[in-house]
Amino acid sequence: MGEEFQASKPIYMQIVDKIISEIAQGKQLPGDKLPSVREMAVQMGVNPNTIQRTYTELERMQIVESRRGQGTFVSENKALMEELGRNMQEEIMENFIRKMEEIGVTRDQLVVLLQSYLGEGK
Amino acid sequence: MVLELNNISKKYGKNQALKHVHLSFETGKIYGLLGPNGSGKSTMLKLITGLVFPDEGTVTLNGEQVTRKTIEKVAYLTELDMFYDAFSVGETVEYVASQFADFNREKASLLLTELRLEASQKVRSLSKGNRGRLKLVTTLARDAEVILLDEPFSGLDPMVRDSIVKSLLKYIDFEHQVLIIATHEINEIEPLLDEAIAIYHGTMIGRESVESLREEEGQSVLQWFKQLAIKQEEGAQ
Repeated sequence: MGEEFQASKPIYMQIVDKIISEIAQGKQLPGDKLPSVREMAVQMGVNPNTIQRTYTELERMQIVESRRGQGTFVSENKALMEELGRNMQEEIMENFIRKMEEIGVTRDQLVVLLQSYLGEGK
Repeated sequence: MVLELNNISKKYGKNQALKHVHLSFETGKIYGLLGPNGSGKSTMLKLITGLVFPDEGTVTLNGEQVTRKTIEKVAYLTELDMFYDAFSVGETVEYVASQFADFNREKASLLLTELRLEASQKVRSLSKGNRGRLKLVTTLARDAEVILLDEPFSGLDPMVRDSIVKSLLKYIDFEHQVLIIATHEINEIEPLLDEAIAIYHGTMIGRESVESLREEEGQSVLQWFKQLAIKQEEGAQ
């Protein structure tokens, strides 16, 4: 099918994550129009009702807004979009730190390791 | 449109194909009839088309009992390949169009283009994937209230599957049609479904909304199905 989905998380939420990540990466810009529900369903190879839920959820999160008769648009609220970016950064860092701690690396060691890793990269 | 199976049982000889099945379907949804080969899925589809009749119970479409004439209102993609080899793709479409009043030639030609089939190609020379695509064209081009697909992906490669899924999503008229897909390929079909119906040894062992399975139970359809099947086996012992 069009996309691969994880087993445990609702599909509509996985598509929410995907769209948020596209916005954070700048692939979708503030004010951009998202594809219609049907177009998005075809693109992703999923049920249109799933996409409807995705859009409703994004709207609830105020990431998109639907304009009557025109479609769904990425929010132009700059502060919100910046917050979105920060949230994603935090989520990635939390994951990274948790995984390092799981293999026994302390937070102090982690800072040193990261510095030396990035130093080598120069 | 309301389609109902009321307490259906069906035997083929000594073999009990379906046992006391109660089901109803409504317009605008995509249903998956899921189960291993031989579980009774195809029998259920044939009952809906009026190609087979139940020993017990009734099948009704919009309140009327299903008869041989019901096939006029139901588009049915069989597991079998029923095309004439000597026909071209275009002649095949014309032939199907001549058989069904609800056949939409415009839709058929859009679908042929979308699925990259040439009207002049002989059916004999089509690859397996293209035969599968042609079957889909002749089924989806009908403006029927009910669309039944029996193992639409069986034996087709991922590219063909993808093109079939996309055409389904593009050309189903959700305002007026219901789509029922019978398949044993549960993982592949899951993202398409509103509702999953689990069939096991002729019995309906479960029915759930796909998103609520994930949201409330944290389960994929396949995990849910396996759990139900195990319970059923334990109960039988």
